[in-house]
Amino acid sequence: MNNMKVLLNGIIKENPTFVLLLGMCPTLGTTSSAINGLSMGLATMAVLIFSNLIISLIKNLIPDKVRIPSFIVVIASLVTILQMLIKAYAPEVDKSLGLFIPLIVVNCIILGRAEAFAAKNGVVSSIFDGIGMGIGFTIALTLLGAVRELLGTGKVFDTTLFPESYGALVFVLAPGAFIALGYLIAIMNKIKN
Amino acid sequence: MAYILIFITAIFVNNIVLSQFLGICPFLGVSKKVDSALGMGAAVAFVLTLATIVTYLIQTYVLNAFGLEYLQTIAFILVIAALVQMVEIILKKSAPALYQALGVFLPLITTNCCILGVAILVANGTYATQGLEPNLLTGVVFAISTAIGFALALVVFAGIREQLAMMDVPKGLQGMSIALITAGLLAMAFMGFSGVDNGLKVLFGL
Repeated sequence: MNNMKVLLNGIIKENPTFVLLLGMCPTLGTTSSAINGLSMGLATMAVLIFSNLIISLIKNLIPDKVRIPSFIVVIASLVTILQMLIKAYAPEVDKSLGLFIPLIVVNCIILGRAEAFAAKNGVVSSIFDGIGMGIGFTIALTLLGAVRELLGTGKVFDTTLFPESYGALVFVLAPGAFIALGYLIAIMNKIKN
Repeated sequence: MAYILIFITAIFVNNIVLSQFLGICPFLGVSKKVDSALGMGAAVAFVLTLATIVTYLIQTYVLNAFGLEYLQTIAFILVIAALVQMVEIILKKSAPALYQALGVFLPLITTNCCILGVAILVANGTYATQGLEPNLLTGVVFAISTAIGFALALVVFAGIREQLAMMDVPKGLQGMSIALITAGLLAMAFMGFSGVDNGLKVLFGL
């Protein structure tokens, strides 16, 4: 019951993108299409779950003073493993996400959850927190990617909904990322109140 | 001439924040006042240049030399974290006025993804070198130009947000929402520079 609450907390009440506004760089940089957003979300979720798991296991072994550097080393090692796996098994994902895969290390969501949740809670609830936050992040990125892809090219997940010539290309380019996210946050604010 | 081209391209055409999406967190977080935006811009410029030099040397003489390329991410993030700490200690002793001015921005820089991003780009040689060999000098020119581009975007955005604070914004759009839409319009303005690099290339005869 309690774990369910932790899980839902990450998806809705403390959604990392729409509510906490963490990890903005990959949110804007990798959502030019729904599939890119989804793969970035899943990659981040994998790192988040394992970093929460490992950090909640070793939290009593780490002296308080070197806490943050130790967390960063754990996260960086996980990201390196992930980077190798993606390069080996999904080279096209590696190509489309590019620089943003190693940059998962400096995604504030992961260090933030390690510090705020995994360092204070048990193993099981830390895993649930990682899953919840990861799903919340993935949903947000996929949604933003789908909106941008639809408005820009008339497609979602490569399914054509209206002819490409009606699309506003600016939504696939940089300015559209900012504007689309701005309006999505405004809609979330409206729903919440 | 190619160095001037790298300089202009990194600042205006491929602006690190508005077209590459690196360093968005400080861009949105520290842009409420022009003064603090200037402080953050200066701190990032300082650390970015230093970090690029150190990580380039580590990549060439340690990682590549011993076949340890897979340790790049771990090595770089530790170097950057240590470097930020060191810069903090040195500035505190030798230039207390500058240390005071930079204040809280210094420790925040460790998690600024434009530092790690630029370090990786320069170490891998995958940035716009305009036909030059990717070596330490072009890397440093690229890093400094990128940092200036970051500072420029941050200061301009802070200026707009100072004006925006006096406006009557609809309730749902208040806060981060209107800030993001403003950033979108700013990015659109910077899109006007696209193509300038090709024009300059012709002009310089490269």
